Amino acid sequence: MADKIHVQSNINGYDVDFLCESRQSLLEVLRDVLNLTGSKEGCNDGNCGACTVTMDGRIVESCCILGVEAEGKEIITIEGVASADSLHPVQQAFLEEAALQCGICTPGFIVSAKNLLEREPDADEERIRFWLAGNLCRCTGYDKIVRAVLKAGEVMRKG
Amino acid sequence: MNYESNIVLSENQYKVVGTRPVRHDGVDKVTGRALYGADIHMPQLIYGKILRSPHAHARILSINVDKLIDNPLIEAVVTCSDLPEMEPGQENASLKYLRDNVIASDKVLYKGQPVAAVAAKSSHDAEEALTLIEVEYEILNPVTTAYESIYENTTVIHEDLNTTETYASIRNPRNIASHIQHSIGDVYKGFEECDVTVEKEFHTKTVHQGYIEPHNATAFWNKDGRLTIWRSTQGPFEVRETTARILNIDVSSIKVVPLEIGGGFGGKFDPYGDPVAALLSKKSGKPVKIVMSRSEDLESTGPTPGSYIKIRIGANTDGRILAAEALLAYEAGAYPGSPVDSGALCIFAAYDIPNLEINGYDVVVNKPKTAAYRAPGATNAAFATETVIDEIAEKLNIDSLDLRIKNAAKEGTRRPDGPIHPKIGSLEVLKAMKEHHHFNTPINKPNEGRGIAIGYWMNGGGPASCTLQVNYDGTINLNEGSPDIGGTRTSVAMQAAEVLGLQAEDIFPSVLDTDAIGYTSGTGGSSVTFKTGRAAYDAALDLKRKLMSRAARIWDVDITLVAYQNGEFIAGIDHASNPEQHMTFRELAEQLEDTGGPITGSANTNGEGEGGAFAGCIVDAKVDPETGKVDITRFTIIQDVGKAIHPSYVEGQMQGGSVQGIGWAMNEEYIMDNKGHMMNSNLLDYRMPTSLDIPMIDTVIVEVPNPRHPYGVRGVGEVSIIMPPAAIANAIYQAVGIRLNNLPMNPETVMKGIWSSQE
Repeated sequence: MADKIHVQSNINGYDVDFLCESRQSLLEVLRDVLNLTGSKEGCNDGNCGACTVTMDGRIVESCCILGVEAEGKEIITIEGVASADSLHPVQQAFLEEAALQCGICTPGFIVSAKNLLEREPDADEERIRFWLAGNLCRCTGYDKIVRAVLKAGEVMRKG
Repeated sequence: MNYESNIVLSENQYKVVGTRPVRHDGVDKVTGRALYGADIHMPQLIYGKILRSPHAHARILSINVDKLIDNPLIEAVVTCSDLPEMEPGQENASLKYLRDNVIASDKVLYKGQPVAAVAAKSSHDAEEALTLIEVEYEILNPVTTAYESIYENTTVIHEDLNTTETYASIRNPRNIASHIQHSIGDVYKGFEECDVTVEKEFHTKTVHQGYIEPHNATAFWNKDGRLTIWRSTQGPFEVRETTARILNIDVSSIKVVPLEIGGGFGGKFDPYGDPVAALLSKKSGKPVKIVMSRSEDLESTGPTPGSYIKIRIGANTDGRILAAEALLAYEAGAYPGSPVDSGALCIFAAYDIPNLEINGYDVVVNKPKTAAYRAPGATNAAFATETVIDEIAEKLNIDSLDLRIKNAAKEGTRRPDGPIHPKIGSLEVLKAMKEHHHFNTPINKPNEGRGIAIGYWMNGGGPASCTLQVNYDGTINLNEGSPDIGGTRTSVAMQAAEVLGLQAEDIFPSVLDTDAIGYTSGTGGSSVTFKTGRAAYDAALDLKRKLMSRAARIWDVDITLVAYQNGEFIAGIDHASNPEQHMTFRELAEQLEDTGGPITGSANTNGEGEGGAFAGCIVDAKVDPETGKVDITRFTIIQDVGKAIHPSYVEGQMQGGSVQGIGWAMNEEYIMDNKGHMMNSNLLDYRMPTSLDIPMIDTVIVEVPNPRHPYGVRGVGEVSIIMPPAAIANAIYQAVGIRLNNLPMNPETVMKGIWSSQE
């Protein structure tokens, strides 16, 4: 049994204390220690994007970040995207545009797309495709995902 | 865009069927709440890891786990000796193959094959413990392609495969697990009558389904002897049966709980970690979870075969195809069972050819045992057929679409494997292709070309079960046994809603475990909306009858006087003058408790009568002649779906399959070294399409109803993958004048083609 380290972080708006081994990735901490299983493991080497979260406002693949690196950081996972009473426009657009099939990549796509639209709500198709190229989807062929993000951008621009 | 990107050519209109409601499981899946296989946690859960063969072909001389005994971190260790003894009479090869594929006994036949497993409180501890297991191997020569396996190499993979047939030109028949032959007419005479024949050889590589969620299994073997398996699977009942066979226990001893599934495409029917986790659980007394890493998933689960195909097609100057022959050698992987049968069925099934002969060989090689992948076997086959058809059209100076129209299979054409095609939408699809904006827009940029291809897939059915419970608020809980891999909770619920005059939102569908729902064959073969939809339809009829009977009882009238229209029960024929004898569905539901108790509608179906799918695609490709890189600049797929219950998810199937086909065409392959080791077992080097590689995928839904389904549903999931490799090859030919016979058509292949054409 490896020694555990005490880490203080802010996750989805809550101050969180957790213990983790130095070898555990942030993804393992989220899933196995904190039971936030919305972030998915598809490859564990940063190539599929299913574990995407934001850390201090930047998208990161949580499988490539160590749990201890969350110390003092603000993390937003898929569980922190919706507000108490409503879905985020990206989530709503994914539902309306049928932008998911199996849904395993969806959390990563939504976290990435939300981050893009917060910076660039007028992102066009090419920009969206470029931004989301780090997230693999095997079901949809991306068409409906790109349309959903375009639609969410429209909604967010209108405020 | 000055054209419609997604078109529905619809005939029959319904109230719910054909609309686009938000899927029932949608909110859970966009908020991260949906529980997938790897997400399950439970008290005392421990983690299993599997020791895998580092060799592609070797004899196991010994396995020594002594260093793990008394290790306080380790909860259990298993090897093949923990599997039950094979009973007398059980000594059949197929069971041994199943067992060896989950934990090897005497030989390992591919790199990554399981040989032992451990369980520990932490997955890291389990992984470290694997290094303490000592396995002694005698390394044997591997053989990794079907061509090599039967034409070049004399390595024998299974000593017990007794091939009795002898084949001209095949050097090593001992690696042929089975041979399938279809024949119509007289192929020899047919070719004599041809003015033009084209003969070609094709080589394609192993590719993987590439679902984003790796395989997983969590098992708990309880003290009462009952085993529960939680996992993501396409086929809970198939997993139950195969696991029961491997562990030699009754199916009733096993409950498989299907959790949400992160993609399957055919790859999630077979158990891998399940029996191993079960044995670890039995030894440790605790629930054991095994989740594969991505490299384990690529190296040890079932991809789809690489293949060698030799094909000859002939036509006369009128453009009538008179004869065709094909030899298909498909890689089964380590154990028999490639989809060469469906490859052989589909290779000419889109055409009406009077004389043909098809020979298919299931060939064992030192690679993981193949599994189904979306229209299994048909994509390899269509790559050969559809590029040769294109070449024949060119030689005859006929438009290749017109050649296809002239020779397409249609209702009444005999399929190469025997059955007569019932009503299929071949001519309707070809007409829609010919009229499509994409087909009629000129293309004249340098190094850009347009290709087309068509495909046929027979689809599948199978047994299914469904129950409908009425809630007192006038809604319905729908229970089914089909894991929802792409919106089928909704497409199934919509069919029940249509029967009952309710909205899709009035139905709450759930996918139940194998203890809780009647037998339902797996989510595969494009079958769920067809078969489980049929079960829901029949269950809704059953429910309707029961509710009408209840209404008759409430009104104290004969049931023959009760009708149900537009969500309302009506008694008698003069109901307009007697408003008391109207009752909405909800009004009746509210009274159920006091008028005789709750009501359930239920149905089982054997799921026969699936309708074959016919589709075509049009693709524009731009080739960089300096680098060999090919960009897909425009893509349209046109498919007969029978009836699109939820058009958005039908479009999604068409788009998703198309992009998998594009990936297969352009980049994806198992790159093997000469030791038979996969060199690209990660998602950077196993290169699947990203959003940046792909244009919008335009769809045309053609609806030629399947007469054997109440709403005309055919399967929609699979046929879309079949055409892209051939269509892209044809586009590359139009762009730069080279015909490619090997997949993938990556820059290396394209440059070699360009260079050899310049010699």
